[in-house]
Amino acid sequence: MLMKVKVLCEKLGLSVIAGNEYLNREIKSGYCCDLLSLVMSKADKGCCWVTVQTHPNIVAVASLLEVGCIIIPEAIQVEDNTRKKAEQEGIPILSSDMNGFELCGRLYSLLGEGR
Amino acid sequence: MKNNKPSIKQTFDISAGNFSVAGSASSRIKNMLKRIGIDDKIIRRVAVATYEAEMNIAIHSHGGTLCIEIFPDVIIIVAKDKGPGIKNVALAMEEGYSTATDEIRAMGFGAGMGLPNMKKCSDEFDIQSTLGVGTRVEMKMYNKE
Repeated sequence: MLMKVKVLCEKLGLSVIAGNEYLNREIKSGYCCDLLSLVMSKADKGCCWVTVQTHPNIVAVASLLEVGCIIIPEAIQVEDNTRKKAEQEGIPILSSDMNGFELCGRLYSLLGEGR
Repeated sequence: MKNNKPSIKQTFDISAGNFSVAGSASSRIKNMLKRIGIDDKIIRRVAVATYEAEMNIAIHSHGGTLCIEIFPDVIIIVAKDKGPGIKNVALAMEEGYSTATDEIRAMGFGAGMGLPNMKKCSDEFDIQSTLGVGTRVEMKMYNKE
Protein backbone atom coordinates (compact mmCIF):
# COMPACT_ATOMS: atom_id res chain seq x y z
CA MET A 1 0.00 0.00 0.00
CA LEU A 2 1.25 3.50 -0.84
CA MET A 3 1.70 5.92 2.04
CA LYS A 4 3.02 9.46 2.16
CA VAL A 5 6.13 10.07 4.26
CA LYS A 6 4.21 12.54 6.43
CA VAL A 7 1.50 9.94 7.13
CA LEU A 8 4.20 7.47 8.21
CA CYS A 9 5.56 10.19 10.52
CA GLU A 10 2.14 10.77 12.07
CA LYS A 11 1.27 7.11 12.49
CA LEU A 12 4.63 6.07 13.93
CA GLY A 13 5.54 9.25 15.79
CA LEU A 14 8.69 9.82 13.72
CA SER A 15 10.53 13.11 13.95
CA VAL A 16 11.89 14.79 10.83
CA ILE A 17 15.68 15.28 10.90
CA ALA A 18 15.98 16.46 7.29
CA GLY A 19 13.92 16.92 4.16
CA ASN A 20 10.81 18.66 5.49
CA GLU A 21 9.93 19.73 1.95
CA TYR A 22 9.72 16.18 0.65
CA LEU A 23 7.18 14.64 3.04
CA ASN A 24 4.51 14.30 0.35
CA ARG A 25 6.55 11.60 -1.35
CA GLU A 26 4.79 8.23 -1.57
CA ILE A 27 6.45 5.25 0.07
CA LYS A 28 5.91 1.95 -1.71
CA SER A 29 7.79 -0.58 0.41
CA GLY A 30 10.36 -0.99 3.14
CA TYR A 31 13.90 -2.31 3.42
CA CYS A 32 16.08 -2.79 6.49
CA CYS A 33 19.85 -3.30 6.34
CA ASP A 34 23.09 -1.66 7.49
CA LEU A 35 25.43 -3.14 4.88
CA LEU A 36 25.52 -0.55 2.13
CA SER A 37 26.40 -2.95 -0.70
CA LEU A 38 23.43 -5.13 0.18
CA VAL A 39 21.17 -2.08 0.24
CA MET A 40 22.63 -1.01 -3.11
CA SER A 41 21.77 -4.34 -4.70
CA LYS A 42 18.41 -5.01 -3.03
CA ALA A 43 16.52 -1.90 -1.90
CA ASP A 44 13.69 -0.72 -4.15
CA LYS A 45 13.14 2.73 -5.55
CA GLY A 46 10.59 4.54 -3.40
CA CYS A 47 11.09 2.39 -0.29
CA CYS A 48 11.65 3.56 3.25
CA TRP A 49 15.09 2.38 4.35
CA VAL A 50 15.72 1.56 7.99
CA THR A 51 19.38 1.74 9.06
CA VAL A 52 21.51 2.54 12.11
CA GLN A 53 24.23 4.04 9.87
CA THR A 54 24.27 7.82 10.15
CA HIS A 55 27.31 8.98 8.10
CA PRO A 56 26.80 11.05 4.92
CA ASN A 57 27.32 8.11 2.59
CA ILE A 58 23.82 6.79 3.41
CA VAL A 59 22.46 9.83 1.57
CA ALA A 60 24.55 8.95 -1.49
CA VAL A 61 23.11 5.43 -1.44
CA ALA A 62 19.55 6.68 -0.91
CA SER A 63 19.85 9.26 -3.66
CA LEU A 64 21.35 6.83 -6.20
CA LEU A 65 18.53 4.34 -5.53
CA GLU A 66 15.87 7.04 -5.25
CA VAL A 67 14.87 5.71 -1.86
CA GLY A 68 11.78 7.53 -0.55
CA CYS A 69 13.12 8.21 2.95
CA ILE A 70 15.63 6.98 5.53
CA ILE A 71 14.45 6.04 9.02
CA ILE A 72 16.95 5.86 11.89
CA PRO A 73 15.83 3.74 14.87
CA GLU A 74 16.66 4.06 18.59
CA ALA A 75 16.84 7.86 18.32
CA ILE A 76 20.47 7.53 17.19
CA GLN A 77 22.01 10.94 16.64
CA VAL A 78 22.48 11.80 12.96
CA GLU A 79 25.71 13.54 11.91
CA ASP A 80 25.35 17.16 10.87
CA ASN A 81 27.01 16.54 7.50
CA THR A 82 24.49 13.79 6.81
CA ARG A 83 21.60 16.10 7.56
CA LYS A 84 23.01 18.81 5.29
CA LYS A 85 23.63 16.39 2.46
CA ALA A 86 20.10 15.00 2.82
CA GLU A 87 18.68 18.52 2.48
CA GLN A 88 20.76 19.04 -0.68
CA GLU A 89 19.79 15.73 -2.22
CA GLY A 90 16.14 15.90 -1.17
CA ILE A 91 16.10 12.77 0.95
CA PRO A 92 13.94 12.91 4.11
CA ILE A 93 15.64 11.47 7.20
CA LEU A 94 13.29 10.47 10.01
CA SER A 95 14.11 9.42 13.52
CA SER A 96 12.29 6.93 15.74
CA ASP A 97 12.57 6.05 19.44
CA MET A 98 11.68 2.46 18.59
CA ASN A 99 14.31 -0.19 18.03
CA GLY A 100 14.75 -1.65 14.55
CA PHE A 101 12.60 -4.71 15.27
CA GLU A 102 9.64 -2.76 16.56
CA LEU A 103 9.94 -0.11 13.88
CA CYS A 104 10.07 -2.63 11.01
CA GLY A 105 7.14 -4.55 12.47
CA ARG A 106 5.05 -1.38 12.59
CA LEU A 107 6.15 -0.39 9.07
CA TYR A 108 5.30 -3.82 7.76
CA SER A 109 1.79 -3.67 9.15
CA LEU A 110 1.29 -0.26 7.55
CA LEU A 111 2.86 -0.91 4.15
CA GLY A 112 1.99 -4.58 3.74
CA GLU A 113 4.11 -6.91 1.74
CA GLY A 114 5.64 -4.40 -0.65
CA ARG A 115 8.91 -6.41 -0.23
CA MET B 1 28.81 -1.18 -32.48
CA LYS B 2 32.07 -0.64 -34.35
CA ASN B 3 31.48 2.60 -36.17
CA ASN B 4 29.65 4.45 -33.43
CA LYS B 5 31.40 7.56 -32.29
CA PRO B 6 31.21 8.16 -28.57
CA SER B 7 28.46 10.61 -27.80
CA ILE B 8 29.72 11.49 -24.32
CA LYS B 9 32.84 10.70 -22.33
CA GLN B 10 33.61 11.96 -18.86
CA THR B 11 36.30 11.15 -16.30
CA PHE B 12 36.05 11.76 -12.55
CA ASP B 13 38.94 11.84 -10.09
CA ILE B 14 38.29 9.75 -6.98
CA SER B 15 40.46 10.53 -3.97
CA ALA B 16 41.53 7.92 -1.44
CA GLY B 17 40.24 7.74 2.09
CA ASN B 18 37.30 10.08 1.95
CA PHE B 19 34.81 7.23 1.88
CA SER B 20 32.14 8.60 4.19
CA VAL B 21 31.39 11.38 1.70
CA ALA B 22 32.25 9.49 -1.50
CA GLY B 23 29.52 8.82 -4.03
CA SER B 24 29.42 12.18 -5.76
CA ALA B 25 30.91 10.90 -9.03
CA SER B 26 28.28 8.14 -9.27
CA SER B 27 25.62 10.66 -8.44
CA ARG B 28 26.77 13.00 -11.23
CA ILE B 29 26.91 10.07 -13.66
CA LYS B 30 23.38 9.10 -12.73
CA ASN B 31 22.07 12.63 -13.29
CA MET B 32 23.86 12.74 -16.63
CA LEU B 33 22.20 9.48 -17.78
CA LYS B 34 18.80 10.75 -16.63
CA ARG B 35 19.24 13.93 -18.65
CA ILE B 36 20.05 11.95 -21.79
CA GLY B 37 16.97 9.83 -21.22
CA ILE B 38 18.61 6.43 -20.69
CA ASP B 39 16.24 3.67 -19.54
CA ASP B 40 15.64 3.57 -15.76
CA LYS B 41 16.68 -0.06 -15.39
CA ILE B 42 20.03 0.61 -17.07
CA ILE B 43 20.51 3.76 -14.98
CA ARG B 44 20.05 1.70 -11.83
CA ARG B 45 22.63 -0.86 -12.96
CA VAL B 46 25.10 1.88 -13.84
CA ALA B 47 24.40 3.64 -10.52
CA VAL B 48 25.09 0.49 -8.49
CA ALA B 49 28.22 -0.37 -10.50
CA THR B 50 29.71 3.13 -10.41
CA TYR B 51 28.93 3.54 -6.68
CA GLU B 52 30.70 0.28 -5.84
CA ALA B 53 33.64 1.19 -8.08
CA GLU B 54 33.88 4.63 -6.52
CA MET B 55 33.73 3.20 -2.99
CA ASN B 56 36.37 0.59 -3.81
CA ILE B 57 38.75 3.29 -5.03
CA ALA B 58 38.04 5.47 -1.98
CA ILE B 59 38.35 2.64 0.55
CA HIS B 60 41.05 0.37 -0.85
CA SER B 61 43.28 2.36 -3.20
CA HIS B 62 45.67 5.29 -3.29
CA GLY B 63 43.20 7.14 -5.49
CA GLY B 64 42.11 6.75 -9.09
CA THR B 65 39.60 7.65 -11.75
CA LEU B 66 36.14 6.64 -12.85
CA CYS B 67 35.48 7.09 -16.55
CA ILE B 68 32.17 6.69 -18.35
CA GLU B 69 31.71 6.59 -22.09
CA ILE B 70 28.22 6.54 -23.52
CA PHE B 71 27.68 5.15 -27.01
CA PRO B 72 24.22 4.78 -28.53
CA ASP B 73 24.23 1.03 -27.92
CA VAL B 74 26.58 0.52 -24.99
CA ILE B 75 27.80 2.26 -21.85
CA ILE B 76 31.42 1.60 -20.92
CA ILE B 77 32.69 2.29 -17.41
CA VAL B 78 36.38 2.08 -16.54
CA ALA B 79 37.53 2.31 -12.92
CA LYS B 80 41.29 2.64 -12.60
CA ASP B 81 43.36 3.12 -9.48
CA LYS B 82 46.98 3.69 -8.50
CA GLY B 83 47.40 0.63 -6.34
CA PRO B 84 48.16 -1.20 -4.15
CA GLY B 85 46.51 -3.87 -6.35
CA ILE B 86 44.60 -7.02 -5.39
CA LYS B 87 46.58 -10.05 -4.21
CA ASN B 88 44.01 -12.67 -5.21
CA VAL B 89 41.46 -11.45 -7.74
CA ALA B 90 39.48 -14.72 -7.77
CA LEU B 91 39.04 -14.48 -4.00
CA ALA B 92 38.12 -10.79 -4.21
CA MET B 93 35.37 -11.70 -6.67
CA GLU B 94 33.76 -14.06 -4.12
CA GLU B 95 30.73 -12.69 -2.28
CA GLY B 96 31.57 -11.95 1.35
CA TYR B 97 35.35 -11.77 0.93
CA SER B 98 36.75 -8.42 2.03
CA THR B 99 40.02 -6.93 3.24
CA ALA B 100 38.33 -3.87 4.77
CA THR B 101 39.25 -2.90 8.33
CA ASP B 102 36.86 -3.29 11.28
CA GLU B 103 36.39 0.46 11.40
CA ILE B 104 35.26 0.55 7.76
CA ARG B 105 33.00 -2.47 8.28
CA ALA B 106 31.35 -0.82 11.26
CA MET B 107 30.27 1.93 8.87
CA GLY B 108 28.49 -0.61 6.69
CA PHE B 109 31.17 -0.85 4.01
CA GLY B 110 33.37 -3.87 3.34
CA ALA B 111 30.58 -6.43 3.04
CA GLY B 112 32.60 -8.14 0.33
CA MET B 113 29.91 -7.48 -2.24
CA GLY B 114 31.34 -4.59 -4.21
CA LEU B 115 33.01 -6.49 -7.03
CA PRO B 116 30.26 -9.16 -7.24
CA ASN B 117 27.65 -6.38 -7.39
CA MET B 118 29.60 -4.69 -10.19
CA LYS B 119 29.80 -7.92 -12.15
CA LYS B 120 26.07 -8.62 -11.68
CA CYS B 121 25.18 -5.20 -13.05
CA SER B 122 27.37 -5.57 -16.15
CA ASP B 123 26.81 -7.35 -19.45
CA GLU B 124 30.59 -7.61 -19.80
CA PHE B 125 33.01 -7.40 -16.88
CA ASP B 126 36.79 -7.45 -16.86
CA ILE B 127 39.20 -6.95 -13.97
CA GLN B 128 42.99 -6.69 -14.19
CA SER B 129 45.12 -6.11 -11.13
CA THR B 130 48.86 -5.94 -10.58
CA LEU B 131 50.29 -5.79 -7.08
CA GLY B 132 52.12 -2.54 -6.48
CA VAL B 133 50.70 -1.02 -9.66
CA GLY B 134 46.91 -0.91 -9.48
CA THR B 135 43.58 -2.29 -10.56
CA ARG B 136 41.53 -1.66 -13.68
CA VAL B 137 37.90 -2.71 -13.93
CA GLU B 138 36.01 -2.38 -17.19
CA MET B 139 32.26 -2.82 -17.34
CA LYS B 140 29.93 -2.72 -20.31
CA MET B 141 26.18 -2.29 -20.11
CA TYR B 142 24.29 -2.76 -23.37
CA ASN B 143 21.92 0.07 -23.95
CA LYS B 144 18.92 -1.96 -25.12
CA GLU B 145 15.45 -0.48 -24.96
